[in-house]
Amino acid sequence: MKTLKTNRRDFLKIAATAGGGLLLGFHFTRCDSPSKMKVVTDEELMAQAVNYNSYLSISPDGHIVIFSPNPELGQNIKTSFPMIVAEELDADWSKVRVMQAFLDGEKYDRQVTGGSGAMPHSWERLRKAGATARMMLMEAAAKRLDVDISELSTEKGQVLHSGSKKKISYGDLAKDAAQLEVPEDVPLKKVKDFKIIGTPIKNVDNKAMFTGKPLFGLDIYKEGMMNAMVKRPPFGMKIKSVDDEEAKKVSGVTEIFTFGDNVAIVGISTWPLMKAKQKLKVEYEPKNGKLESSEMHNQLFTDLMKNGKAQVMRKDGNVNSAFRGAAKVVSAEYQCPFLSHSPMEPMNFYAHVKADGVELVGPTQTPDRARSAAAEIAGVDVEKVSVEMTRLGGGFGRRLRADFVEEAVSISKKIGAPVKVTWSREDDITGGAYRPAVRYRFEAALDKDNKMIGYKLRGVGMNAGNCTRENNFPSGSVDNLLIESIEYKSDLTTNAWRAPITNFLAFAEQSFLDEVAEAAGKDPVQFRYELLDRAKNKPVGEIHYDIDRMRGVIELVADKCGWGQKNGVGQGLSVYFSHRSYVAQVAEVRMEQGNPVLERIYAATDCGIVVNPTGADQQVRGGMVDGMGHAMFTNMTFRDGAPTQKNFDSYRLIRMKEVPEIEVHFVDNEIDPTGLGEPALPPTGGAISNAIYWATGKRLRNQPFIEQEELKEYKIGQRA
Amino acid sequence: MANYNLKINGKSYQVDVDEDTPLLWVLRDHLGLVGTKYSCGIAQCGACKVLIKDDAVPACVLPVSQVGEDEVTTIEGLSESGDHPLQEAWNEVDVAQCGYCQAGQIMAAAALLKKNPAPSDEEVMDAMNGNICRCGTYHRIKEAVLLASSKIK
Ligand code: FES
Ligand code: FES
Repeated sequence: MKTLKTNRRDFLKIAATAGGGLLLGFHFTRCDSPSKMKVVTDEELMAQAVNYNSYLSISPDGHIVIFSPNPELGQNIKTSFPMIVAEELDADWSKVRVMQAFLDGEKYDRQVTGGSGAMPHSWERLRKAGATARMMLMEAAAKRLDVDISELSTEKGQVLHSGSKKKISYGDLAKDAAQLEVPEDVPLKKVKDFKIIGTPIKNVDNKAMFTGKPLFGLDIYKEGMMNAMVKRPPFGMKIKSVDDEEAKKVSGVTEIFTFGDNVAIVGISTWPLMKAKQKLKVEYEPKNGKLESSEMHNQLFTDLMKNGKAQVMRKDGNVNSAFRGAAKVVSAEYQCPFLSHSPMEPMNFYAHVKADGVELVGPTQTPDRARSAAAEIAGVDVEKVSVEMTRLGGGFGRRLRADFVEEAVSISKKIGAPVKVTWSREDDITGGAYRPAVRYRFEAALDKDNKMIGYKLRGVGMNAGNCTRENNFPSGSVDNLLIESIEYKSDLTTNAWRAPITNFLAFAEQSFLDEVAEAAGKDPVQFRYELLDRAKNKPVGEIHYDIDRMRGVIELVADKCGWGQKNGVGQGLSVYFSHRSYVAQVAEVRMEQGNPVLERIYAATDCGIVVNPTGADQQVRGGMVDGMGHAMFTNMTFRDGAPTQKNFDSYRLIRMKEVPEIEVHFVDNEIDPTGLGEPALPPTGGAISNAIYWATGKRLRNQPFIEQEELKEYKIGQRA
Repeated sequence: MANYNLKINGKSYQVDVDEDTPLLWVLRDHLGLVGTKYSCGIAQCGACKVLIKDDAVPACVLPVSQVGEDEVTTIEGLSESGDHPLQEAWNEVDVAQCGYCQAGQIMAAAALLKKNPAPSDEEVMDAMNGNICRCGTYHRIKEAVLLASSKIK
């Protein structure tokens, strides 16, 4: 295959005939500043700033540079982390400049976005980083003023001396203070003294985002860079033959080659690659016989639910005798489809394999994994791989993987040039790593007093690992309990998907508990209180959730929605503890002209201290819209090892008109904060399905709701 | 390959590309105007919306050969210093989560407000329903459009 000799400069024949000469290529300037008064560039700032620790540098001109180590994908960490450092430093927020840190294992030890785990992990570290620097600045001021440090206080980037009313700015002290020894045990602020934490601070990238600055991975351009797209095989298949005759003829395509079962198309810009991909003819053959389909998955669910060999995840008491002696038994099966993560920014990555290492730039939730993958393919030590994180146009778990990084590195290595790999939306939806499809079977035994004396959950998941969360509620509140999990090893690739497992388990469990409450003739709220009381007063086995906090969010949401006090409205409750936070939700459905209309969802969240109210509100709201959209509308089915939905015309995502009003409330407490990227999603499906049930009498057990028999008679969809 | 003269954000550009190249890729790959985003490529999500005269159009399905003399406005050209009422409202309401869809959202809103400076809730939802936000920022998008509309008045 011959390589066309060309470079971007030749290719970019662009003339700006008005307003400024010839435009040739372009380069990226960073624009991280939260303030409009930016005059100093990041580079200039970094040249003069004095470093205090991994998170913090202070510039003599008064700028406070705070590094955000974790990938930002919309969870707002690039704003909330620096707020914590700035709080303990007593910084003037308008002087703070936030910069995204590169991957650096020596400075930071958890540069990952996943599991809503960053906040609990870093809360204290960030506070100490700010508090330590503050102490050093005060010591420097004490020396300069020749006073005792106890006479000093700090406020908005200044050290104040009470007696003389003298003020010295942090910038002024930056150099002196950095010379001092780093103090060991610095006191941290009391929650009631917080001035920045708890206030709504706007996203630090707002200006850059709303003016179209290059922030995302797909926006990366570097001199000499090639573009590439990849054609990947359906699941369970391998390449039989490749005919690239026609594809090669597309002007702008420089190279087509096969690596593994993938075919890479390389060129100068993106569009010719998309065209060439259409013309590329690849024949595939099954690796080992059967190709997967949704029919096959359904059959497997049925067979394995009946006869599969299960792993016992938790066992309390004796379920067999409880069910034998039961006055009533309630049972139901629930099922969800595979789902693609579909962040709005499709997968992409930039890699440059050089003689002495690899340069990686792009959107990843796990820069560390990207680095090791690159090191292995390029055959270099990990220290020789640098990883720069761009902003991520969404992740939802998809970017925990490194497959797109591996592709970029493999291609760059082969062509000997820097390359950006771009996935089309079709690649993104058909390219795997899905939320696993799962079926659950629940059974509950009630005694003659309608007390739940037995509870069984058996889950079958496709590449789902343990598809239960055996220690979650109601475990601990039932004498006889059995939780079992079965995994089918599918050819389809699966991956953590926002609120892994619980994104569907919570819906199934909270819907089923409503079924049990009804069978017991109890109000859904009271029924859950009874179980929680039971877990508190006579716990069965280990309890892995905080009973009072769980009850607290139910109480709050019941109060806010006026539980049981509204006429003509079906109210559906759902409560879930996941990723260390507690969220209860009530959905309200009203019948209008014979059709159920979802009007409103209330949410009560306990995530401890709310660091940034505007960001927290976004996370809860976003999680709920996400949970609702996928429960209601999104399906993914398979034929011959490939999804039948390939783009947003058939892979349906929720839109503005389909979203109900949402009311977000937080429990006010002083508990150390926990993450919010995930916990609000799991309860939403259950709240909606329960509300639909109480409004229509139709029980939804499978997702997506819109495609279920139970709703066929109704018009459901966009608000008028 | 052919030469096209384009009017974008008040400047004239000449590009030499295949006639079927969508305006989106001309903007992104050839002119370095990467504020206009790619997400679906089939006119389903609105991430790539630009203004052609006063209409919000998905640039991913608009071949460069069809742009002609029409004035194109991208997010980079919506205002000189990022202070268009919509950009200010988007900041005040703190609309974004990941932010990837927001340029397209703002351009869709810009077209709406040009035609209808004081839209009702319903009109906002009608105009914005073609734009997907995977992060679910819909409530704030609506709020920001209404806020921008009140600023224009
Ligand atoms: S990228 Fe053009 S509408 Fe989605
Ligand atoms: S803010 Fe992420 S897609 Fe809209």
